[in-house]
Amino acid sequence: MNLNYTAEELAFRDEVRAFLDEKLPADIAAKVKGFRRLSKEDHQRWQKILNEQGWYATHWPEEYGGVNWSPVQKHIWDEESSRYGAPRSVPFGVNMVAPVIIKFGTEEQKQRYLPRILTGEDWWCQGYSEPGAGSDLASLKTRAVRDGDHYIVNGQKTWTTLGQHANMIFCLVRTNTEVKAQEGISFLLMDMDTPGITVRPIITLDGEHEVNEVFFEDVKVPVENLVGEEDKGWTYAKYLLTYERTGLAGIGISKAALQHLKELATRRTKNGRPLIEDASFSQRIAKVEIDLMAASISNLRIIASVEGGGMPGAESSMLKVRGTEIRQTINDLARRAIGPYAIPFVEEEMDLDYDGDFLSDENAAPVTPQYFNNRKLSIFGGSNEIQKNIVSKMILGL
Amino acid sequence: MDFRLNEEQQMLQDTVARLVRGEYSFEKRLEYSESELGFSADFWKQLGELGLTAVPFPEELGGFGGTGVEVQSVMTELGRGLCIEPYLQSVVLGGGLISQAGNSEQHEQWLGGIASGETQAAVGLQEPQSFYDLNDVEARAEKSGDGYVLNGRKAVVIGGHCADVLVVSARTSGDSRDADGISLFLISADAEGLDHRTYPTIDGSKGSDLFLNNVKLGPDALLGEEGKAAEVIEYQAGRAISALCGEAVGAMEVACDLTLEYLKQRKQFGVPIGKFQVLQHRMVDMMSELEQARSMAILAASVADEPQSDERRRILAAAKNVIGRSGQFISEQGVQSHGGIGMTWEYNFAHYAKRLVMINHQLGDDDFHLERFAALLQ
Repeated sequence: MNLNYTAEELAFRDEVRAFLDEKLPADIAAKVKGFRRLSKEDHQRWQKILNEQGWYATHWPEEYGGVNWSPVQKHIWDEESSRYGAPRSVPFGVNMVAPVIIKFGTEEQKQRYLPRILTGEDWWCQGYSEPGAGSDLASLKTRAVRDGDHYIVNGQKTWTTLGQHANMIFCLVRTNTEVKAQEGISFLLMDMDTPGITVRPIITLDGEHEVNEVFFEDVKVPVENLVGEEDKGWTYAKYLLTYERTGLAGIGISKAALQHLKELATRRTKNGRPLIEDASFSQRIAKVEIDLMAASISNLRIIASVEGGGMPGAESSMLKVRGTEIRQTINDLARRAIGPYAIPFVEEEMDLDYDGDFLSDENAAPVTPQYFNNRKLSIFGGSNEIQKNIVSKMILGL
Repeated sequence: MDFRLNEEQQMLQDTVARLVRGEYSFEKRLEYSESELGFSADFWKQLGELGLTAVPFPEELGGFGGTGVEVQSVMTELGRGLCIEPYLQSVVLGGGLISQAGNSEQHEQWLGGIASGETQAAVGLQEPQSFYDLNDVEARAEKSGDGYVLNGRKAVVIGGHCADVLVVSARTSGDSRDADGISLFLISADAEGLDHRTYPTIDGSKGSDLFLNNVKLGPDALLGEEGKAAEVIEYQAGRAISALCGEAVGAMEVACDLTLEYLKQRKQFGVPIGKFQVLQHRMVDMMSELEQARSMAILAASVADEPQSDERRRILAAAKNVIGRSGQFISEQGVQSHGGIGMTWEYNFAHYAKRLVMINHQLGDDDFHLERFAALLQ
């Protein structure tokens, strides 16, 4: 047993750090570290820098412009970029639809879409959930009916993250109603500008516009936009979800959030002393840090087991549950740390160019909205209940 | 032993319930919340006209002479409606501090208006450094002639932006965090040197931080004995905790009802999701938390207006600890049971979820009250 990085891995880490030191824009890092809003432009600026370095597509084979890092290298990248405050890549294009296109798409689809993902010309969003199909995704009803060279799509998708920025959407649609639910689903790519597609914002409880409803009314989609075979979309969807789940534990993000919490607790006071010196509060922080330490090693164990190829299995479901619980606990503690100042909603202080006095602490304003917003972590990407079902079925055989 | 409300108390609660049902639809609440005032002036006026703002005051002020139980009857219904009018700040805390500490002139000047709803009071007891410790007071009141000059800052004063009168604590002697040396002052909204930074709150109301810059006050502004306000503040904070318990129970009831309804009507995998055992047990846990909160609210109400004692302190600390925990549990588990829909602005559940967590940040969270209770272990 050896828990240390190899000399090559350490050298890689130095290379990553040197790159982040030199290339990560300070304003973007400040936003990420302070849990402030990132604009579409922020994401695109960082993506361009990454792509120039050749480090944008960490999950792709080299022949398509990916880096082909080992699982350990990917992990080092995740850890370091979170620590430095680099934005996480919006996953829908690069980490979700692209792996599906690479594995199941036609040569033409690869040639057409992959380069545009690398350059940021296309911003993808995900059309999976529907009002009646959440945890039970396979019950989706959006219909695609073949009509000559086209499919005619009718229906509705929901919880479409950052759909307001997207020009492309990948959708699960029902192409066959005669067979079992899972067997009649297809995977379709659509241009958001196609007539008949409407995007309507959903405002979440923290007042943010992050998710959307997408409506389809007689949308004509060319048949060449079908990925893989008709009615086999469920297989591709499951393949994609495994990718989604791996990143959802958010270990690197939790480490950065823990650091942020400690800084906050150092500046806030209780009984005339820094809150972090308070016995009960410091124990609460200690407990979550210990949980994070354990989850971080669990994460490394999964990474080590897939080093050299293969996909993580149901272990990543366990990690998703634990990882999201840890992130939510850290958000809970940050909210507790600011005491009465958890109550004011000072939206103006959430923008980085705010130059007035801070009501309490420069990092306080996003804390409560973040706590409420991150209740989503245990809901999306397959709710934690669904993850537990997967574990009990796949690992325990129950 | 009888845990039921008596006939008068029940009538009182029914009156508030009818008013809230009639006036406080979810859509209207959003309108009230987004208005400049931050609540409904009309609803506030109706609370006054029906005598509801007078509930804790004596009969000669048009009141009921109500105690903890009557105040909770009102607050529970305001909680069910997620009402954002400053009842707690003006009637319970502002009115309570003036009643307990004020002299007859001050009673005459302020209490009639507060009881009728025509005067709105707000209270500034916390400061940026104080966390939840109401004895952690750094704002200073210096003697000047026969009056005082106040300097300092008071934090998160709900309703402060539009109150007619502000009741604030300031130190006339002693070091920060000494119980001794804290005094209360009445500051009228138009006092020179009083500035506000006003903001909306996460849970839909409005408040402000008060900046006191050489605020000159006459001798009649001192509320109660100089330097002896800590006990008054603690006592009235206790009454307010009991009132908040009532509000929390009302909000938890609706949050649980909405979740249960959703479990019955939302279908996934061909059945209502309420058929899944994991969600059944979660709903049972939410109901159990609500029952614990109800019990502690009743207990809190029973001591709210009793003379101060360690037993009263213990009960109120325990009650606030329980509603803090149960409120957050019901909020979080209710969101989780709903899924994404429970997090949307357009659905009322999300607003109950927010209010329940924010109640934990008023007058001390569950950790704070756990410590208080531990310090009083017998």
